[in-house]
Amino acid sequence: MPLIKIRDLHFSRGDRVIFEGVNIDIHRGKITAIMGPSGTGKTTLLRLIGGQLHPDKGTIEVDGQNVHQLSHSGLYALRKRMGMLFQSGALLTDLTVFENVAFPLREHTDLPESMIRDLVLMKLQAVGLRCARDLMPNELSGGMARRVALARAVTLDPMMIMYDEPFTGQDPISMGTLVNLIHRMNDAMGLTSIVVSHDVDEATEIADYVYLLSGGKVVSEGSPVDLKRSSSQWVKQFMQGLPDGPVPFHYPGVDFKEDMLNPEVSP
Amino acid sequence: MIGIIRSLGRWGLSTFERLGRGHLFLVQILAGIPGLFLRFSLVIQQLFSVGVLSVLIIAVSGLFVGMVLSLQGYYVLVDFGAEESLGVMVSLSLVRELGPVVSALLFAGRAGSALTAEVGLMKSTEQLSGMEMMAVDPMRRVIAPRFLAGFISMPLLAAMFSAVGIIGAFLVGHGLLGVDDGAFWSQMQAKTDWYDDILNGVIKSIVFGFVVTWIALYEGYDALPTSEGVGRATTRTVVHSAFAILGLDFVLTALMFGEG
Repeated sequence: MPLIKIRDLHFSRGDRVIFEGVNIDIHRGKITAIMGPSGTGKTTLLRLIGGQLHPDKGTIEVDGQNVHQLSHSGLYALRKRMGMLFQSGALLTDLTVFENVAFPLREHTDLPESMIRDLVLMKLQAVGLRCARDLMPNELSGGMARRVALARAVTLDPMMIMYDEPFTGQDPISMGTLVNLIHRMNDAMGLTSIVVSHDVDEATEIADYVYLLSGGKVVSEGSPVDLKRSSSQWVKQFMQGLPDGPVPFHYPGVDFKEDMLNPEVSP
Repeated sequence: MIGIIRSLGRWGLSTFERLGRGHLFLVQILAGIPGLFLRFSLVIQQLFSVGVLSVLIIAVSGLFVGMVLSLQGYYVLVDFGAEESLGVMVSLSLVRELGPVVSALLFAGRAGSALTAEVGLMKSTEQLSGMEMMAVDPMRRVIAPRFLAGFISMPLLAAMFSAVGIIGAFLVGHGLLGVDDGAFWSQMQAKTDWYDDILNGVIKSIVFGFVVTWIALYEGYDALPTSEGVGRATTRTVVHSAFAILGLDFVLTALMFGEG
């Protein structure tokens, strides 16, 4: 049985349809990549799984519980078993690296200070930032901030972790470090990971299974090898980064010739 | 014409929607307050940034307002040979009106705008979302402590404003203008009533503290998560707070002192 089961998911923002009947299964212990062009609702999907947004129709079950039918306390209890790495890191800017990682422990446990210290240092050691524990978030590079956020996300030893664009804007060394960390943590902690990304090479390098989203639907799914061999024009365009294809280079609208010859068509 | 009616309707709907959201927000804040008594350290941290850091501007403004009141009051009273009533005039002006109102306006400018900017930036940098995903309710962890701190700080700051203002008035009245110090203090003591004047002033400052902190936190929480959105929210906090303070001051004054 999958850890996360998404069925017939519909979600809109105003008139804009984001999801139109999406079905996704996230299997336990695996790294599943959710990929697609910018603006396809990949981050929105994570927020729906985390219960921060409500679907218009359809269900999302996490570990057998329908996320959107849980009470406030039930949802918060479930979130204690979920970790999420935000694109920005979302570190608390008034706390040091140490205090950021200790934050979930202080909020949810009554552990003695010595044990909190040990746990935090172990998590920071795992991401290679034990000696940066006294730094403030504004003293960290983007890659370091994400590693601190990763340490914080696993502080409560969650059953799953959601990564929102973990590789965006990273230099090659940070990117390599993050890829390695996500893979290592998933195996070492027995996690289930969902990686939302449009970085094809990095995501397919670590993913066991990939869903490709576009136009509010799952357009393709399978192992990274299957997708790379796919004959679908759309999948080829996305996986090989081709500028034109089923996803057009030009934003849809009036024909160029008509636009140039008739100034009154649009300003 | 239809366009005007339509935009008026749209404005009305969005205003009422915001008002509704603001009131729901207040209910959520109030629901989070009982839990704070178990973790009062969160409130103490905020009392420092909201209250203690506002002391300087409140004290300096209070001093100058008191000094100016003393100067202006003296030149009017001296024409009637009533300059010894300077203490009473200054104390009633400060305790009843200027203390609560001016300190609330300064509080909105100093602490209210800071609260809006802080909460708005926490929203735009996904810190509030991050807390939610760590199963920490930002309403209870971030908003409620700030609300309680603002609510507690405002009456104390208003009292400080009035006290420093009276000292400033005395320095000018006695030291510069030569008003008898015994008359200054004794008339003030005799004519300033504990319930009618001081308590009513305190009630005003409590109401202003409640409203200003509520507006500031709501504007921050509801801000568009962009730099422009946070900037606009901060401006709205100061403007809406000023309107609310002055409007409520009229209503409260009419209720408290109307019969007298």
